[in-house]
This record gives sequence, structure tokens and C-alpha cells, in this order.
Amino acid sequence: MNDLTPIKTTPKDWETDQEVRWCPGCGDYAVLKAVQRTMPELGVKPENTVFVSGIGCSSRFPYYMETYGFHTIHGRAPAVATGVKLANPELDVWIITGDGDALSIGGNHTMHLLRRNLNCQLLLFNNEIYGLTKGQYSPTSRVGTRSPSTPFGSVDRPASPCAFALGAGARFVARGIDVHKNLPTVLKAAHAHQGAAFLEIYQNCIVYNDDVFAPFTAKPSAAMGQLWLEHGKPMLFGSEKAGGVKGIALDREALALKVVDVVGDDWESAGVLVHDQTNRSVAHMLVELGEGFPVALGVIYDDPRPTFESAVVAQNKAASEGKVADLQKLVSKGQTWQVEKEPRVE
Amino acid sequence: MQKSAGNVTSMATAIHEVTPQEAAANPPPEAVVVRFAGDSGDGMQLTGGQFTLSTALAGNDLATFPDFPAEIRAPQGTLFGVSAFQINFGSAAIETAGDQPDVLIAMNPAALKTNVDALKPGGLIIADEGEFGQRNLDKAKYDANPLEDESLGKWQLLKLNISQLTLDAVKPFGLGNKEALRCKNMWTLGLALWMFDRDRAPIVDWLKTKFAKAPELAEANIAALNAGHAYGETAELGAQGVGQLHVPAAPVEPGLYRTVTGAESLSLGLVAGAQLASLPMFFGGYPITPASAILHTLSRYKEYGVTTFQAEDEIAAVASALGSSYAGSLGVTCSSGPGIALKTEAIGLAIMTELPLVIVNAQRGGPSTGLPTKTEQSDLYQAVYGRNGDAPLPVIAARSAADCFDCAIEAVRIATQYMTPVMLLTDGYLQNAAEPWKVPDMSGYAPFPVTHHTAQPAEGEKFLPYGRDNKLSRPWVKPGTPGLLHRIGGIEKQLGTGNIEYSPANHQAMTDLRQNKVAGIDVPDQAVELGEEGGKLVVVGWGSTYGPIHQAVRRARKMGLDVAHVHIRHIWPMPKNLGDLLRGYENILVPEMNTGQLKTVLRDQFLVDAKPLNKVSGQPFRIAEIEDAIESALA
Repeated sequence: MNDLTPIKTTPKDWETDQEVRWCPGCGDYAVLKAVQRTMPELGVKPENTVFVSGIGCSSRFPYYMETYGFHTIHGRAPAVATGVKLANPELDVWIITGDGDALSIGGNHTMHLLRRNLNCQLLLFNNEIYGLTKGQYSPTSRVGTRSPSTPFGSVDRPASPCAFALGAGARFVARGIDVHKNLPTVLKAAHAHQGAAFLEIYQNCIVYNDDVFAPFTAKPSAAMGQLWLEHGKPMLFGSEKAGGVKGIALDREALALKVVDVVGDDWESAGVLVHDQTNRSVAHMLVELGEGFPVALGVIYDDPRPTFESAVVAQNKAASEGKVADLQKLVSKGQTWQVEKEPRVE
Repeated sequence: MQKSAGNVTSMATAIHEVTPQEAAANPPPEAVVVRFAGDSGDGMQLTGGQFTLSTALAGNDLATFPDFPAEIRAPQGTLFGVSAFQINFGSAAIETAGDQPDVLIAMNPAALKTNVDALKPGGLIIADEGEFGQRNLDKAKYDANPLEDESLGKWQLLKLNISQLTLDAVKPFGLGNKEALRCKNMWTLGLALWMFDRDRAPIVDWLKTKFAKAPELAEANIAALNAGHAYGETAELGAQGVGQLHVPAAPVEPGLYRTVTGAESLSLGLVAGAQLASLPMFFGGYPITPASAILHTLSRYKEYGVTTFQAEDEIAAVASALGSSYAGSLGVTCSSGPGIALKTEAIGLAIMTELPLVIVNAQRGGPSTGLPTKTEQSDLYQAVYGRNGDAPLPVIAARSAADCFDCAIEAVRIATQYMTPVMLLTDGYLQNAAEPWKVPDMSGYAPFPVTHHTAQPAEGEKFLPYGRDNKLSRPWVKPGTPGLLHRIGGIEKQLGTGNIEYSPANHQAMTDLRQNKVAGIDVPDQAVELGEEGGKLVVVGWGSTYGPIHQAVRRARKMGLDVAHVHIRHIWPMPKNLGDLLRGYENILVPEMNTGQLKTVLRDQFLVDAKPLNKVSGQPFRIAEIEDAIESALA
């Protein structure tokens, strides 16, 4: 990694000889392709790359990447990844997880990974369902989701992954869609961020939760349903064809965001906000946009802070400064005494 | 508390050598047991620790038993808030903290009530009568003041107003009443040092270091210490039957010594093991009694390539350690029973992915939260059998504080040589108890350096991450190594390639392989600690029961009984000769601080009629309890 010459690879170099075993039409295929297409653009070496996953459909991902990979146990990928990165901070660590893996059984580890700010990319494949166990509702399923375990509809309110991430102290929060062409751009931004990069990917489960994201991903509704954020650019969505160009503005009295109409190119007079990816308060509002708003996508928040492993390495180094690792000295520490000879003959 | 070795050595030469005339006139006791008991805020553990140090410096062999409540500061004066520290020291080999104290120092009524029944008949009680007011008597549920009636008649009683004597001694330093009374434990220690003819200098040095930032507190404590000592010298306690007692130094091998607790020596052993394996160590831990001391100790050893990580929970502690092993470090985690239960799924992953990992279990009373600060050996089933699937792993048990050092090195050796998680069992007693330790000569330990696999496969061949060497161990490849990219995980692996493979024949083959790999681990043959191979009775132990079993067998043999002691370090896999060895005895007795777990394993493995002797009171075995069992087994 010290050699900064970009490494030339092709998407093919990142594919393994393993047969991919997701259901035909699964959104995971699109994410896998997007990642394999993105890796060559990052200029990194496959052997310095480690994919760590938990359990679930998405967690099979490492088997299909020609890198080092560790398919661990349910919910614990962030914890395993922490050990990997602390043992060798030079490695480029990617965590692959799902909504159940990261927010239900592994919610605690996700929270602590983000707050500690381990330098890694965490890709949360959110399909709002437990796929591998045959379709139970998940912690991100909407109220009323009918599933084998909730035949009369789920009654508990879902968690919002990006709001959770921000609440846990994440310094990078982004969203993407499995089949959207922008996914590689978001992946690159996540990789460029020094620290824990949290990326929620809306991923369609064709078998158990098909089209759950269609209200904003299907062709006819995409323009009005998706707000693609770009740092320094106005928060615009919609189109003349789809029913008008709209923007996101601040409702100063309610201290909330609102949708405004934009006439021609004049977003400024409509009060449309310019996206500042370092603004944490606005990020909190963007991840929580609900009814009557588009879904915020792309890099919602990106404001790096020193990473966990760099602080650990620095402290280890400072604490070792000027000390020599002498085992004999170590075991002889403390208050010692010398027994010269047998003090008493029995 | 740290001091240059040279300085201390000069003090140690002041060991009083008993002349033959002295010895004949007044034969010294072989061993004395003293118990300090007080409120959990009275500093009894500190007092005991310092008395231990001075005793070690005087050349006695010793063993200690700190016994304290789970509550950090239980309400003052209550029965459940009593904290005690017992030390057994003597001029012969000491292996237990002693059956019954000869001397009980009781700092309040609750301490007296909870401890006096353990005192040897005729033993000495030193009580702080200043604390025996109505309120404290009520809290201890005494109807009448036991210092004033005849209830303590079978013991010797020395009543002193230690509280007042301490207040008088520290008056010049202008402390508040509460702070002044905190010096009580030093006054008591001073008296104890006088009783047993101990040097005060190391304690004075320690106080100066401890209170370096508050010199007036150092001075007050030193004044209290000196006052307690002076009281012994001048108060003519002899008239009350309390004299000075000199316990001569024990005959020990010459060399450099220090006191060590199990937690300390285990931490040192882990560091040494990692160094001998030429690996950096990653320690993932989560606070839990009584294992936390290992995390505390290791977090100071950064210059030895140790990274410590206080994880968010027990699961993250083991998972991060496993991640570090995957990345090429020696992953280590530690906990106590409840925490080990949480780590179990990740330990299974370590077994499946065949990565080195050392898991320390400092056992405590269970089940569930159980008795956090009390000792027990009830996690043997958990260690040997307690996982889903056929999931074998090696298990090692340490027998004493000093033995924790060698066991930790052994655990690292097996983990790295065989690519396997290893469980190392200690217990609450071993963690906290201190004993003198002959500082090991590190040049005597053979290194077992690990070289991570980097060799490229031959032309036209593929690298086999689940290939095998002659120990059935697989190659350890660090991520970052070119040309050997591969994926591992918890799903069943294809033999050789390590690819996902569900076929029946492969699962059979891999299950057998995991079983055979662990069964084939090279462990030393079982030795007999005491006595002969074959005979009427063998007492088989493991872990911290070593001391009482050894002493009980020694005493029984002195009485002419045909009994031997076998103490098992390698719980799994067991030494290859163990079955034959056990079958050579007519009777097998297995004392354990559980309801018979090793007994079950022995019966299962060797079809021998192992008989249990069980104790689960949270207290270590007394020698006499085992002696009685030996006698009835041979009756």
C-alpha cells in the first residue's frame, strides 16, 4: 500500500471462479457487478482488499470477489472487521451486511463500529426482509408487512438505517439503489472517505419483497421519487416531463425541509438549498424525509474525523517510545527478592 | 509499587537465621494462617496484599485467599459487606491458603460474625472494640456485644480500640475524622508486622509511592503503621498471651523471586507466548469479574507488540480477536463463564475456519450471574462439550498462580502450531490469589516461531487453503499476501480448496478431520505428582484444587496410606497414557469444585469408576476435607 502507483485491474480480475448462488433477478447481482466495476477505478490491489460479511443473502458476497474474504457469523462482521483492521491497518476493509444482520442481531456492533470510526466501507443491503430464512419481516420492514411470522401484518415501526448511522456518530452516510447507474459513484465516494463509510443500498428481493422500493425506483416515479445529492449543487429533483422541477428548501418557521416548485432555472429565488455534505443538521433532516418528499440518495453526509485504527496505532507507538521489549526484564518486574541459599536445613 | 531489584535484594539479606539453640528452645510453627476481615471499605485487600509482600520478602512460602463481596461498597457494617483476606505462610512448602486461621483480625462486628467460626479453637481474635457500638452490633445482628459476654470463650480475645489508637496516631496531620479513620488498616498492619517480626520498610516505600501526590496522607498512614508496630512492642501484650512469633524462612531453591497473582502471570505468559511465536498479540476483552485484571495488565504492555481492545460486548471481543488472527496476529480473548457463553458461536467459527485463538476462562460460581467474586470449577463441560455441532477444541487448566504462566505459553503453542482455538481455564481463586514465583529464565523456553504461508502454488496448480500438513493443520495466510487470495467462512468447507461444500461425504470427512486434528495434538504424558504408579487410591484433580489435594495426599502418605496424586493440565485432548495410568489404581477419587464434571469425562473416556468429591460453596477445598475423603475411600 505504500506504493502509491495506481494498480491496473479490470472488472474480470475481481471475479472468482465460484458459481453465484443468488435467486435469478436478485438485486445482489447488480450490486456485485457495480462493485466489480468500481474496484479497478480505485487503483487498489486485490490482495490488499478484504471483504468481511455476516449472515444473510448479501453476506455470500465475499465468495464472489477475487480478494481476501471472511464470511463470518450473524451480525458480527463489524467486530471481525475491527480485529482485521487493527491487526493490519494497511488492509482495505469492506463490510457486507443486510438489514437484519446490521440492525437486528448485529445492531450493537454496527453502532460501535460507526462511533469508533474504523476506516472501512460498510455496505448495508436493505431489502426490508429476511430472505435467506424465507421471508420473515425485518427491522426495516414497514408497519403492516405480511410475512410468515407476521401473517396479520407487522405492528412494530421500522428503523431508518441512515438515521441510525448518523445517531451512532457516522462521519459518512450515503444511499444508493442496486440497479442505479450512480451506484459506482457512491461506492467511490465511500472508499475515498477516511473513516467508517456507511452506505445503505436499496436492494430488491424478487422472491419475498418484490417491488417494495418501486414507489421511487420504478421508471415512472423515479424522477419525482429520487433526490440525488451532490456537494455544492442545489437539491433539485423532478423534471418538466414528470410534472415539474422541484427543489428542497428550508421551512424557517417549522425548522423543517419543504418541497418548492422551481420555475425555469431559477432555483435560487425558490430558496432551494445547496447541498453541503459537511452539514450534519441538514443531513439529519435529509435521511428522515418522509411522506410527500423524494428519497435522499447519493452522499448525504461526508465530514471525516481521525480514524480509530490510526489513534490506536499512534497510542501504541507513543506508549512504546523508548522502551525495549525484553521478556526477561518483564517477568522480573515488581518487588523482587533474591534467595541466596537454603536458609534452613530440614 | 515498583522498585529496583537491587534495592529490595539488599533488604532480603536481612533474613533472620534461627540458631540451633533458639530452634530447640522454642520450635517455630511450620505455618501460620492469618485472616484480615473488615468492611469492604476498610482496605482489607490492600492490607492483606502488603502483609503478603512483607511475608514474601521475609522468605516464607505463602498462599493467599482474597474473599470479597460482589458489591463495590456494600452498606457499611453489614454482614454481606465483609471483605476478607487470608494468608497462609510458613517455613515449609505452602500450597493452600490454609484450612483454619490461627489469627483473625476483625475490624467490626460483621467481620467477626462472618469469620469467627472458621477460626481454629484456641486461635487469637484481635477485634477493634471501637467499632463495636450498638449500631454496628445491630447491623451485624448481634443481640449482645460478643466482646463482653462469654460467647468467644473457646478463642483467645484481644480487644483494642484500634479506631481511637489510629485517631491519636494521625492527629498531628490534621486529617478529617473520616480520612483519619481510613488509616486504621495501616495501624492494624503495623501490629501484624510486629507480631510476625516483619520489616516495615517496604510498606513505607509503597505508601510513599502510592500517596506521592498527597504527602500528608503518606505521612499519616506511615504514622499509623508505626504506631501499630510500636503498640505491639510496648503494650506488653505478652501478659495477654499474645507474643511475637517468628516463622523462619522456607527452604526454597535459590534465585530471584517475586509475588504474582494468576492474572499477572497469565498475562505475562500470553506476552511470552506471543514473543516465542514471533507474533504480535491482539487482545479483545470486555470487563467481567474475575477476568478483567488480564485486560488491565495487558493494556500496559504495548512495547511487546500487544494491542488491547475493549470491545462493546463479549461477542465483539472474541470476534475481533478472531479477525486479528485472520489478519495474522495472535488473537486472544478472556472472560468468565457467562461471557464465554456469549462467545461460543464465534469460537465455533474459529473451529470451522481453523484459526489460532486463545480463550481464557477465569471461572466463577454459576449458573447465570451466579457468584461473580467466588471461585468454582463448573465450566469444564462448557469448555469440553459446550458448543453446537461436533466442535472439538483443546482445553488446558492451570493449577496455581505461577502455573498460569506456563499454561498460557502452552495455549499459544498449541493454537499456533495446530491452527485451532484453545481454551485456557483458570478460576476466581487463581486470578486473585498471590504466591511467590521464582522468576523464570526465559532463555530456557524454546521458541516456536510462526511463519505465515507465502509460498506460491506450483505452475498449473491452485493454492489449497484447506490443505494439510503432517499435524493436520492448514496453512495460515495473511491477507495482503499476493497470489494466495481465498475466502473462508462458517459454512462447511471442501477438503483442500475450502470452497463451500455441502455434500454428505465431505461433511463426514471434514468432521472426522477436525476431530482427528485435535485428538492428535501432542500433549505430554501424564505424570504422577506424588506417590507411585498403581496402588490402592489415586486422587485426580485439575486446576486450582492442586494445593489442597497435594497437601492432603502428602499427609495421608505420611500416615502410611497407599494414595497417589495425579493432576491433569491437558483436559482435552487428554494425555495418551492417562487411561492406563488410572486403571492401575483400585480406587479413583476426583475432588472438584463442581458437581462432578471431570469425573464424568474420565468415566466417558476411560470407562473407569471415578468417584466424585464435590464442593460448590464458592470456597476452595480445605485440606482436611480431602484428607477425610481419602481415609474413607481406603477404609
